[in-house]
Amino acid sequence: MTTSSNTTEQERPPIIKARPLVWMREQLFNSPTNSLLTVLSVWLLLMAIPALFDWAFMQAKFSAQSGQECRQVEGACWAFIGEKHRLILFGTYPYAEQWRPLLAVVALVALLLLSTWRKLWNIWLLLVWVVGMTIVGVLMWGGVLGFTYVENSLWGGLPVTLILATFGIALAFPFGVVLALGRRSNMPAIKTLCVTYIELIRGVPLISLLFMSSVMLPLFLPEGMTIDKLLRALIAIVMFAAAYVAETVRGGLQAIPKGQYEGADSLGLTYWQQMRLIILPQALKIVIPPLVSIFIAMFKDTSLVVIIGIFDLTLAAKAALTDPAWQGFGVEVYIFISAIYFVFCYSMSKYSQALERRLSTGHER
Amino acid sequence: MSQTVSPRKPGSSRKIWNDPKFRSVIYQILAILFVAGGIWYLVSNTLHNLSARNIATGFDFLTREAGFAIGEGIIDYTPADTYSTALTVGLLNTLRAAVIGIFLATILGTIIGIARLSSNWLISKLASVYVEVMRNIPLLLQLFFWYAIISESFPGPRQAYNPIPGVFLSNRGLKMPTLEGAGVTWILGGLFLAIVLTLVLANWARRRQERTGEIFPVLKPALVLFIACPLVAWFISGADLALNVPELKGFNFRGGMTITPEFAALLLGLVIYTAAFIAEVVRSGIQSVGKGQWEASSALGLKRGLILRLVVLPQALRVIIPPMTSQYLNLTKNSSLAVAIGYPDIVSVVNTTLNQTGQAIEGIMIIMAAYLTVSLSISVFMNWYNKRIALVER
Amino acid sequence: MAETLIQMHNVNKWYGKFHVLKNINLEVAQGERIVICGPSGSGKSTLIRCLNRLEEHQKGEIIIDGTELTSDVKDVELIRREVGMVFQHFNLFPHLTVLENLTLGPIWVLKTPKAQAEQEAMKYLERVRIPEQANKYPGQLSGGQQQRVAIARSLCMNPKIMLFDEPTSALDPEMVKEVLDVMVELAEQTGMTMLCVTHEMGFARKVANRVIFMDQGEIIEQNEPDKFFDDPQSERTKLFLSQILH
Repeated sequence: MTTSSNTTEQERPPIIKARPLVWMREQLFNSPTNSLLTVLSVWLLLMAIPALFDWAFMQAKFSAQSGQECRQVEGACWAFIGEKHRLILFGTYPYAEQWRPLLAVVALVALLLLSTWRKLWNIWLLLVWVVGMTIVGVLMWGGVLGFTYVENSLWGGLPVTLILATFGIALAFPFGVVLALGRRSNMPAIKTLCVTYIELIRGVPLISLLFMSSVMLPLFLPEGMTIDKLLRALIAIVMFAAAYVAETVRGGLQAIPKGQYEGADSLGLTYWQQMRLIILPQALKIVIPPLVSIFIAMFKDTSLVVIIGIFDLTLAAKAALTDPAWQGFGVEVYIFISAIYFVFCYSMSKYSQALERRLSTGHER
Repeated sequence: MSQTVSPRKPGSSRKIWNDPKFRSVIYQILAILFVAGGIWYLVSNTLHNLSARNIATGFDFLTREAGFAIGEGIIDYTPADTYSTALTVGLLNTLRAAVIGIFLATILGTIIGIARLSSNWLISKLASVYVEVMRNIPLLLQLFFWYAIISESFPGPRQAYNPIPGVFLSNRGLKMPTLEGAGVTWILGGLFLAIVLTLVLANWARRRQERTGEIFPVLKPALVLFIACPLVAWFISGADLALNVPELKGFNFRGGMTITPEFAALLLGLVIYTAAFIAEVVRSGIQSVGKGQWEASSALGLKRGLILRLVVLPQALRVIIPPMTSQYLNLTKNSSLAVAIGYPDIVSVVNTTLNQTGQAIEGIMIIMAAYLTVSLSISVFMNWYNKRIALVER
Repeated sequence: MAETLIQMHNVNKWYGKFHVLKNINLEVAQGERIVICGPSGSGKSTLIRCLNRLEEHQKGEIIIDGTELTSDVKDVELIRREVGMVFQHFNLFPHLTVLENLTLGPIWVLKTPKAQAEQEAMKYLERVRIPEQANKYPGQLSGGQQQRVAIARSLCMNPKIMLFDEPTSALDPEMVKEVLDVMVELAEQTGMTMLCVTHEMGFARKVANRVIFMDQGEIIEQNEPDKFFDDPQSERTKLFLSQILH
């Protein structure tokens, strides 16, 4: 029989040597292979980074009068961006009115930021979106409130990209929800229609839909009716996005336990009341992170409208390159707009990850 | 005293439009009528518009002469060939980009995915940066970027880089020597023999382990076989092997094989972009195998290599394969962006065709049919594979 | 006198700054059955996980069957063959059948021929009373059955010591008994050396030679079961017992 030990002297952990050295030993050199890899990576980085830094900053020209001047330098020609940034960002929108697309961009970004405010996740969000989209429309088109009318063939650059992406997902969302509900329906005809649509759209590239809508839509309409080029692109994007939204929402609907449907039934609610009051609010909350991923993908995919000649941010960059005085600076301009895309997409993806973490804590016990 | 309420007679006062079955039939009929009506309206407009613009319908144009050149292809093609041949060239180009792209992207993506999980902080951070940067920039932009680098930064053929004798890098593409001669067939035969012998060896080793328990390491002999068999075959063939080396003639190179700037840019863009997504799929697949599996297998005394092979990877693969296949599908569909940088894939060829014949609808139908076939076959295969390997549960 | 199988001298472990094991001194002789109990966070799971190097101790020494447990990979492998472990969440391999789960270790670590490994596996399956489940997959079994398979899997390696880390805590109440019965049988019929972290005090009374109470990383009290439960010496032991025996 042994009794309790009362020795509770506080021992200290083994002496920690100078922190950075210990950290390096544990994280970088903890095995022969890792040590080798670290040495190789550091060597590669030492070769690449100073050269890149040199090109991008040390030898770069930040202001120049013409392409000739810039070409004489080994480094990057950021002067080109300075010269062309209005064209790249706003396209051929009339120079004096460019504050309007700028405001429109601000409005769209504000709209997106507002949508992340969780207190707003109810019917008010719908109202906010409708108001926001109207404001953007008024700003861009004009014709009312004393703004001069600017037709949308003159729009270009960042506003077009943002409009296509946000309006695209805003319109695709209700469409996608309806498709998802239809796919889960018990009525065979409706189910087949929805399944066919979804599988058809998901099986083809967005380019083919863009071609289809830009080339075929005019043929679909009765003689005399024309359809706006930007609208054609938007229709293709909405059709494409709706299929992916539908699949995601379907996953959310499947995740709702059967008991919820049964509870709603036992209360005597009709199908649409069930959906509106009980099922959809829960399902949509679950699928918000994947929906943000779809939005990020749509944002990137708007760059494809280049191929049907819509003046988005990517085409604006290409247009800037056609100036004969400034030839051959493709790398600089592509880096510039890559940075813009990256800022948007990366922030959205970080938001989605943070959201997922916060939402999942609600469901764990 | 209780009052009995007389029950309603069943069926007498039930209104037919409240019957759910009746309603469902009505809704479905309405839906079908709506869709069919819409389609009929669009089709009739289309036919009217097409005849008003004097555009033909039907697929007869496929037998007509194409009349345009195609930059590269696997089979021989001249502008005198028919449209259907042109389309086949485009389709083969798409498949070439897709197959090579999938192969390279899988390798690169797996390496980066595993690097993300490395205990080496530097390697894991570099991999994370790669994934985040490549995933958040549109693919089209990456294609333009690579194409710009190749066409702007590389010199003309006369000043081409010559890193290894016979290999030339210029803004007209990468030129490499090809092997010719009877020796090639012999070497391929030798490789085939090596594969067969390795399989036989592995089978024998497995049987032996079941019988006696001793493990025979198959890896080293297999490596030896893969080097020795082709070598021996080459020897037997009389060392009949010639190099067809590209030579600068005039403004460009002749001979050897070419990787055009368009194909190179497409491949670089597709591989680098898709590898970032594949890396995430691989990483989450390996992480999905719970720590308990590692602990239980190491508690049994298994070494790390065996744990990966017998316990972790089989489970990880189940989680990895479905999203991996959808990435393969994405890569195939994304190859359609080739039209933007001038690589003649099927979309690009159809685009030219449709501009020449004016028959847009047939053209787009061809594109969609091609991609749908690929997508649906991959989906069907995926569903079959998933059912087969699903973990058996109650 | 039975030989001493496990010796722990002044074993200390830290998670960062948190001192999770404080000066643990413990000796276990062959054939002894030890139950370790204590509040959560007391370090009892960490203690037994140090014995097969699933956790690493920073100070002190652990000697198992004459071999000292260090970061030397060869020693660790040797010791893991002698020590079997049963986990709270079973950790069976879901992609393998029950039989394949059992024969994995013998075939790949002990280099046993397949037929012989399967024969022994069936013997152990009968011992834990579920021979008919041999070709099923773990996902098809109940929790109690899975844990019994896990016990059989460890036994197939013919270990000298069996460690149990809260083996019944994740089971539904009606399945706890079937697993405890198997453990009792193991103790009484084979004379296996067992260290068991558990809250099942009935099991402790029935089978244990010694009950150890741990709190905040230290061994507070150890005694024979009867004396431990009926006459606890320390205040903390009394408090703990009053909380779990109600």
